[in-house]
Amino acid sequence: MQSKLGLDFKKVDYARSLAKNIADDVQAFVESYTTVAVERTLCRLLGIDGVDENQVPLPNVVVDELKGKGVLNQGVLFYIGNAMVQTGLSPQQIAEGVSSGTIDLVRIEVVDKKKIDEILRPVINGSIDRIRARRERRNHYLNTIGEGPKPYIYVIVATGNIYEDVVQAEAAARQGADIIAVIRTTGQSLLDYVPYGATTEGFGGTYATQENFRIMREALDKVGEELGRYIRLCNYCSGLCMPEIAIMGAFEGLDVMLNDALYGILFRDINMQRTFVDQFFSRVINGFAGVIINTGEDNYLTTSDAVEAAHTVLVSDLINEQLALLAGLPEEQMGLGHAFEMDPELENGFLYELAQAQMTREIFPKAPLKYMPPTKFMTGNIFKGHIQDALFNMIGIWTNQGIQLLGMPTEAVHTPFMSDRYLAIENAKYIFGNMKDIGDEVQFKEGGIIRNRAAKVLDDAVELLEKIVAEGLFNALEKGIFGDVKRPKNGGKGLDGVCQKGENYMNPFVTLMKGVK
Amino acid sequence: MSCGLYSMSDKEFDKTLDLTKVKPYGDTMNDGKVQLSFTLPVPASAEATEAAKQLLKSMGFENPLVVYFRELTPGYTFFNCYGSTVHTVDFTSIYVPKVESTVMDMDQTDNFIRENIGRKLVVVGASTGTDAHTVGIDAIMNMKGYAGHFGLERYDMFEAYNLGSQVPNEEFLAKAIELNADALLVSQTVTQKDVHIKNMTELVELMEAEGLRDKMILVCGGPRISHELAKELGYDAGFGMNTYADDVASFIVQELVKRMSIK
Repeated sequence: MQSKLGLDFKKVDYARSLAKNIADDVQAFVESYTTVAVERTLCRLLGIDGVDENQVPLPNVVVDELKGKGVLNQGVLFYIGNAMVQTGLSPQQIAEGVSSGTIDLVRIEVVDKKKIDEILRPVINGSIDRIRARRERRNHYLNTIGEGPKPYIYVIVATGNIYEDVVQAEAAARQGADIIAVIRTTGQSLLDYVPYGATTEGFGGTYATQENFRIMREALDKVGEELGRYIRLCNYCSGLCMPEIAIMGAFEGLDVMLNDALYGILFRDINMQRTFVDQFFSRVINGFAGVIINTGEDNYLTTSDAVEAAHTVLVSDLINEQLALLAGLPEEQMGLGHAFEMDPELENGFLYELAQAQMTREIFPKAPLKYMPPTKFMTGNIFKGHIQDALFNMIGIWTNQGIQLLGMPTEAVHTPFMSDRYLAIENAKYIFGNMKDIGDEVQFKEGGIIRNRAAKVLDDAVELLEKIVAEGLFNALEKGIFGDVKRPKNGGKGLDGVCQKGENYMNPFVTLMKGVK
Repeated sequence: MSCGLYSMSDKEFDKTLDLTKVKPYGDTMNDGKVQLSFTLPVPASAEATEAAKQLLKSMGFENPLVVYFRELTPGYTFFNCYGSTVHTVDFTSIYVPKVESTVMDMDQTDNFIRENIGRKLVVVGASTGTDAHTVGIDAIMNMKGYAGHFGLERYDMFEAYNLGSQVPNEEFLAKAIELNADALLVSQTVTQKDVHIKNMTELVELMEAEGLRDKMILVCGGPRISHELAKELGYDAGFGMNTYADDVASFIVQELVKRMSIK
């Protein structure tokens, strides 16, 4: 591709090689650890589901049992597989037995590992087939009814009640939305379990549960067929249950997942060791399930200044790209994040935003980039806000973004009304149509503001990457490289759910899913 | 639909400003003009437009005008409307409790502390409870501040600790005790179903139980927070929209000096 910015692609390659170093370093750590969330995910992959009489999910019951006995390092597959051989029961029946206290996994005599492998194989293959079928179902829709043009129009619903969310989502799809994200209730990212069943209560969002996923998927399939356009469903596999939510999404046909350890570390104070291990397995699953991941770099610009910290977004995108590749997630599924968050009072701010968006596009040519709208400088003046969103939409179509997360005029006022979403979609569709090919028509002046800005951001990014290579990502995060937020390696939530893999540990799903189409 | 927009007939009324009977202003004093938009859960139709007009009338609007409508999805119609309200307010009898301190800029506040207190003040802030939004607390505390108003971290005479978001009240208070805080800042952005009221009340109760309520200045802020609400919940002050670090800092230092002089 001809660079419209005169970018130095040798420099880009160098930046990428630095990011790869950083990611390899993280991966070396990740490989030898597991977490409670990873093990609960494996429970779900064996078909263990449901809750006990106290609403505790059975995967938690099983994993907590092993953790309590200090043997989680051997992994659930080993113990469940062993119990299957010795009792002839299914994983679900075994989990129920653990819950009722009739089965003690640790006391069952250990059989030959070959027998465990053998008895697990059909269960494992069953789950793999289930995910593959879901993926094929999406592809079938895309090949028959098709999809909307890019940038995909992404809007949120957030009523707290999944059934009300369905009404809002159907309306948004009919108005032109391509992706519906069901915002999670405040605080779910810090729960170390996934609630069960359909839910109708939440603050600022709706619980992510497998049943809620199923309800919304069914509704969107229906409205998609009515409209002749596949409607994607987005949720959040971030927080303390990253891989668990990934597997629920893979089972229920979600299409897009927020999936970013760095976001969890910085903005939810989740322990970095925990969440990098969780992220790896969740990205393996998302990669295999054909799910587009979204990363949360836009958030750096809400705590740091969008002009001064622009390069940190690029740095983080590059690291996230390499971490995703290590998990076998293809570039076509990388919704790397960036945002339109500069102060509207800044002279020529639009040019800087344009430079940033075009640069990001050129550096990640295959990625369906996720472009985030203004939030920090939205004031409650809905009329000006609508214009800020219009400028953001212009850059979205101009620089060929993949996913345009629409801004709402009522940002900073309330979670969107049905009419707010309508106004936002009308705004985007007007601009996307009216300015459709502007990107092909307009070039940027050599030595001008836009080209110079892009070159500077790239230079700053290389400099920061060199620093992180020297320090390692963990240390760099301790020093506050992203978003001015500092996080200690042994601080934050969820560290006690991390353990080093033992000698019997097995997780064949990584091999079966990683990078497999 | 636009017939009547240019009518002069509506303007035959008293055009003098009477502060005991204030009405909205469109382009003529006392014209009472208001713009509204809303959605009715009915299909777009002549009946729907009439329903919108009747609704406006029962809200106290004369000459209701539906200037735009659109069915958002089957069974839901969006309206843009105008009307002239018949209602008035007596502006002269209004009393709103406000934070009573003189707003000083960063240098003035620093000097005020040096002269009147003579040591650095410790301020601990967080977005507490389940609230994940840091925009508010960052605007007040972070070095850079917001809209040209530097945050407390920039002040020479403040030791500012921003604990970030989703900080449980117990943890927040423990940190405040550990740091020997002079003032606590609580930021609340999510107010759906009054979740902020419960959370803010809990902190006051915790502080009272620990005997700390009188020992620290307790301030809250957020887009939906008013000083009146803050006082009602047992806080010393509340800061809403369009208030900045200057306002918060000025209040803290003046309140502290006031308390020192009482002791």
